[in-house]
Amino acid sequence: MKRFIGFIEKEFYHILRDRRSLFILFGMPIVQVLLFGFAITNEINNVDIAILDHSKDATTKVIIDKIAASEYFSIKQFIDYEAAIEPAFKKGQIKAVLNFEKDFSNKLISEKKATIQILTDATDPNTANTISNYMASILQNYQEELNKGIALSYQIVPKTRLAYNPELKSVFMFVPGVMTVILMLVSAMMTSISITREKELGTMEILLVSPLKPLQVIIGKVVPYILLAVINAIIIILLSIFVFRMPVQGSLFLLGAESLLFIINALSLGILISTISASQQTAMMASLMGLMLPVILLSGFIFPISSMPIPLQIISNIIPAKWFIIILKGIMLKGVGLAYIWKETLVLLGMTLLFIGISTKKYKIRLE
Amino acid sequence: MKKENAIYVENLTKMFGDFTAVNNISFEVGKGEVFGFLGANGAGKTTAMKMLIGILKPTSGHAQVASFDVASQADEVKKSIGYMSQRFSLYNDLTIKENITFFGGIYGLKKSVIKEKTQELIDELGLKDEANKLVKSLPLGWKQKVAFSVSLLHNPRIIFLDEPTGGVDPITRRQFWEMIYREAHKGKTIFVTTHYMDEAEYCDRVSIMVEGKIEALDTPKNLKTQYKVDSMNQVFLKLARNIE
Repeated sequence: MKRFIGFIEKEFYHILRDRRSLFILFGMPIVQVLLFGFAITNEINNVDIAILDHSKDATTKVIIDKIAASEYFSIKQFIDYEAAIEPAFKKGQIKAVLNFEKDFSNKLISEKKATIQILTDATDPNTANTISNYMASILQNYQEELNKGIALSYQIVPKTRLAYNPELKSVFMFVPGVMTVILMLVSAMMTSISITREKELGTMEILLVSPLKPLQVIIGKVVPYILLAVINAIIIILLSIFVFRMPVQGSLFLLGAESLLFIINALSLGILISTISASQQTAMMASLMGLMLPVILLSGFIFPISSMPIPLQIISNIIPAKWFIIILKGIMLKGVGLAYIWKETLVLLGMTLLFIGISTKKYKIRLE
Repeated sequence: MKKENAIYVENLTKMFGDFTAVNNISFEVGKGEVFGFLGANGAGKTTAMKMLIGILKPTSGHAQVASFDVASQADEVKKSIGYMSQRFSLYNDLTIKENITFFGGIYGLKKSVIKEKTQELIDELGLKDEANKLVKSLPLGWKQKVAFSVSLLHNPRIIFLDEPTGGVDPITRRQFWEMIYREAHKGKTIFVTTHYMDEAEYCDRVSIMVEGKIEALDTPKNLKTQYKVDSMNQVFLKLARNIE
């Protein structure tokens, strides 16, 4: 045990004296959470739009005022004729044009129907979609106000409620993903690099000639990273609670236990990578290409798995991060207990045991 | 099984697939002897040495180090030997003191013993001012001397040195060999591989490996007489050429 503590102490010297890895360890999580939280967002705010009003009557004025009053849009310019729409878009300042038809008020009263055209700049399809949805809902709102007191004979009023994330904050979606990416990065990449570094420098040989058992060497190398990964998980959760006001609905204990399971899963992957790569460079590339890309693209972190082609959906099942994100969202946003996520937990546990099994076997073969 | 021998090797063979890296070698190294283990690159020196220090399993044959069997008692072997590799054996981002503490620690030395040894080692090498500096900042020759001393920390009976003086200037090499002799006088057995033929002259006995086999094994003096040449360099060249 005393040997072991000395080993871990030495490992911390390595980590603390290497500024680059220190930055990756503690700078990255903070930067990433803040970036994803603030910059990368699906919400729209103060989108610049233009108005083309052919009627200029009382009704269109009310509608325009309503739109101007919302925090989502700000009216940048008024256009007088259709031909001016295209140039306005091309300048790139405005993202949408609202086109009211002629005699808007009159038509609405006499024919009970009037038309507004919503033109959006779909070079960015997601934003365009969001803009037209928001716009439509403002108009819907106005229409309901007009119809107040008038009893329609049949009426279907859908009442939607956005469960678990009523304000549709995209940070809620990103926090579990960012946490997954960071834990994967710290655990898998950093350990694989630190083990291959000893191989590259030749110090691994010295360790193997010492009375330390190979398993002790590996555990000694891995334990500090478990600690660091746990600290990282705590930093991310604190940031999301206090900076982004993201609630953690479920049990913190369960969250901690599941995170630890995922950390160990990632560490065993890191060990596996270090057994097959001879240099630090290879280990880094293997971790980045083999782990980070699938985690970011196929885990459901950014792109929903349900809208992927079937083959990719099947592949996504072998990515541990996918299961961890489901677990995290369950605990953090829905507040569910183990009863609801035991299947995902079991998958993660199975994968972890498999990785540990393979890497110890591989490691032993190398020593023969 | 002769007890008085530090190293006893009998028909040791290592194969990697079809390739025979070490081909049926046998030799003995006596207690307190400085034994030179020579050979060109790829002759199988390193493979043979790895089997002796217990990190590579022999395909066939026996080897005993400090009267422990390398295949079945590797843990005991590891406790009785010191090892310094051709590649650098200390951690560059740790200070000299931290390196000593670490290596003392993994060999299970007590804290008080480590403290004592550290002081001893620093005094002996005259590194008082450098003790708290990172190893990175030391000249190569000094690093090698520290590495050698660190491999002696746990008082091993046999010391394996794998090209310990690679890339070091002649004066430091001379000093290094003085350190080796001092340990040999204390009764420790030294097993050393080297590329420098002048260093071979310093050994009590040398063996020369060619293509996995030991082609010659005797004192430098006898080898020179046998091959009718004046230096170990010529012995080595003659052997290597004959084989080709």
